[in-house]
Amino acid sequence: MKKSVLFILSLFMAAGFFSCNNSENSKNGDRGALASSAAEKTYVAPGEHDEFYAFISGGFSGQLSVYGLPSGRLLKVIPVFSQDAEKAWGYNEETKPMLNTSHGFVPWDDAHHPDISQTNGKLDGRWVFINGNNTPRIAKIDLTTFETTEIIEVPNSAGNHSSSFVTENTEYVVAGTRFSVPVPQRDMPIKDYKGNFKGSLTFISVDPEEGHMDIKFQLMMPGFDYDLSHPGRGKSHGWFFFSTYNTEEANSLLEVNASQNDKDFIAAVNWKKIEEYVNNGGGKTMPANYAHNVYDEDTHTATSTMKKEVLVVDPLEVPGAVFLLPTPKSPHGCDVDPTGEYIIGNGKLSADLTIHSFTKMMDAIENEKFDGEAYGIPILKFEDVLAGTVKQAGLGPLHTEFDGEGNGYTSFFISSEVVKWKVETQEVIDRKPAYYSVGHVMIPGGNSAEPFGKYVIAMNKITKDRYLPTGPEVTHSAQLYDISGEKMELLLDFPTIGEPHYAAGIPADIIKPNSKKIFKLDENKHKHATLNNGDARVERDGNEVHVYMTMIRSHFTPDNIEGIKVGDKVYFHVTNHEQDYDVPHGISMIGANTSELLIMPGQTETFVWEPKQPGVWPFYCTDFCSALHQEMQGYVRVSPADSDIELSWSLGED
Amino acid sequence: MKTAIKFLLLTILISGLTACKNNAETKENNEVSTTTEQPQERQGQAFVKDDVSEPTVLDIAIQSEDHKTLVAAVQAAELENALVNAGPLMVFAPTDEAFAALPEGTVEDLLKPENKNKLSHILKHHVTPGKYDKEFLKKFKKLGQASDLNVPVEVKGEDVYVGGAKIIASVSAGNGIVHVVDKVIIPEN
Repeated sequence: MKKSVLFILSLFMAAGFFSCNNSENSKNGDRGALASSAAEKTYVAPGEHDEFYAFISGGFSGQLSVYGLPSGRLLKVIPVFSQDAEKAWGYNEETKPMLNTSHGFVPWDDAHHPDISQTNGKLDGRWVFINGNNTPRIAKIDLTTFETTEIIEVPNSAGNHSSSFVTENTEYVVAGTRFSVPVPQRDMPIKDYKGNFKGSLTFISVDPEEGHMDIKFQLMMPGFDYDLSHPGRGKSHGWFFFSTYNTEEANSLLEVNASQNDKDFIAAVNWKKIEEYVNNGGGKTMPANYAHNVYDEDTHTATSTMKKEVLVVDPLEVPGAVFLLPTPKSPHGCDVDPTGEYIIGNGKLSADLTIHSFTKMMDAIENEKFDGEAYGIPILKFEDVLAGTVKQAGLGPLHTEFDGEGNGYTSFFISSEVVKWKVETQEVIDRKPAYYSVGHVMIPGGNSAEPFGKYVIAMNKITKDRYLPTGPEVTHSAQLYDISGEKMELLLDFPTIGEPHYAAGIPADIIKPNSKKIFKLDENKHKHATLNNGDARVERDGNEVHVYMTMIRSHFTPDNIEGIKVGDKVYFHVTNHEQDYDVPHGISMIGANTSELLIMPGQTETFVWEPKQPGVWPFYCTDFCSALHQEMQGYVRVSPADSDIELSWSLGED
Repeated sequence: MKTAIKFLLLTILISGLTACKNNAETKENNEVSTTTEQPQERQGQAFVKDDVSEPTVLDIAIQSEDHKTLVAAVQAAELENALVNAGPLMVFAPTDEAFAALPEGTVEDLLKPENKNKLSHILKHHVTPGKYDKEFLKKFKKLGQASDLNVPVEVKGEDVYVGGAKIIASVSAGNGIVHVVDKVIIPEN
């Protein structure tokens, strides 16, 4: 028996070999060649620079990470909504106000959709905007310093998800609420949601010079869930499109109750029309309470201002400004192709993509091809706005980006793949698996008028066995595909910080020349800066002690301080006197209940230390700065609360 | 021992088939293919080695004695990876008997490579995004299937019928639930 089985086995094996022998060889050969060309395509030699920056959102880490493409090398994690001990973000006195909100200090958020500023529909590389989903906020990151320089809270919003996408000339950064809520917030029964809750779509104007953000108006829409959005461009510039789900207005078990309608809507908003209405005195101001936090590069200090009112617009007051486009199956992503003609609804519970035509939409509006209304907002007839459907393209479509060659690239969560399709004909051209269950995809400039369609990256929260295991929580990843040919080619997997929610990419050449190297010391306007070593000092004001300290390779001035007492609150205002590229210094004090400081050349930062025990306590430079880094240290003598030791400070004295 | 050998045989057969099939696909360059220049060993979540997690809906079907036809069909349609993702997925799993009740030659016909799309469409018609037990399903009038079509839900006494097929057993899975049904749910189109 055993022998015969073995014989059969060997027969099978032989058969297997014979039948496939040739093909196996050629296949291996192909793969070898392919693998080596993939390596070549992603190899960036030591000292060389990547071709693209990719700003990959840190999702629930609250930050924004910067990678080089095609290498997938991590360059920086920019702290945005979450405290970051490495850079003292939200720990030092200068940046704490950045995390202020109407709910107080909120040291975390869920960062979702970065979008790079545009001029004439093209990426201009000045700023990246990103939304905080949980405590609704929009942040602006300056791409000369790669630092967050502004955060504005969004009132009347909750689950700030269909954000933070910019219009063609960065006139506005737009934030739509995912969860509808009572407006204004009030104590009321949850079951009375339907008809009473509102969904706000917030248009935040961006100052063309400084980039300062200000809420221009909030459009108060019916109480649906507003999921994602994108601006019109080219011919559709002046419009903004928002996908919706839960048009059933369910307040419980949404997985059942929000899937009852076969179609939800894409809301088309003519913001130019509303802007005009508002500029002519339209809209109502309502009381509100939201934080506007601005970091000033000259003072190296943030301020937080509570704003007390907001202008709201009822869509019914501006006829012809808002229309609803029926779109099947709870659409998630809402993407506009580079020409501005096609608006794509990615029906996440569907196998299909719905493509609406802007031209047909305008025609339907003009000829009033309506199919009823929702709370007075006209619903356009589905057939009269539909350009076509990508049929059975995959399972669970989420998001689409474009290559500028007339192709769309859509992520499919359930079937775990990226599908390339022709926008004009809705024909599927190629599909490649993603590992695993891809969320967003990103092509540099892929949601602008001029995409740089060389690569697409797929972002995955689920990687299971793709990397060395690291316990139950394994790395998140991005996957880089070459899209320069007819078929996509997977070139590289690279790990990302969690969670790689969405990304924005841009050719490095647009940003690189503007990247700042140092802050000029003589332009430092920090309230507590010490610009000359002669001004280094320690001052007492009751229990508050202010240390005005400088740092340079390789000492602190002063480095010996006496006369501090238990119960004092000691502010270390430390100015980095270096004026050389890439010579930051750090400082920390034993027992300080905060993070280190990491101070760039020419910059001043402050930390607070409240000594609790008498003794002589050291501080030191935390960033390996120089050959004498280990010598860069100092002592503070702490005496009992009732001590009468005089305040004194020194450097290099016996 | 005997089963082990059977299993080995099966593995060899399958890997042989897969290797040959991939080769065939590389020749058909004009056609859109679901697998491409990946190594001949198929990849994806369905092929992750994991013996501690709760079984997926796919694992449950594979382990079942009564779903050999269904599993063969899923493999022929290459839908394994779609059945192991985070879901949640509700699979209405017709028994071998249910498949056997189809007109003679139907199953054989569907398993032919040229009918892969048709087969895939029928299988997707048995999958709902969601995870609801039989009792909870009584709340629904219809379900939206992965085929993009709806199926009616009917309650007759204690029994629940989905698309005309009666739920005869249910097994909870890590990424959803498998409801065993007594009929194949054929899409209307």
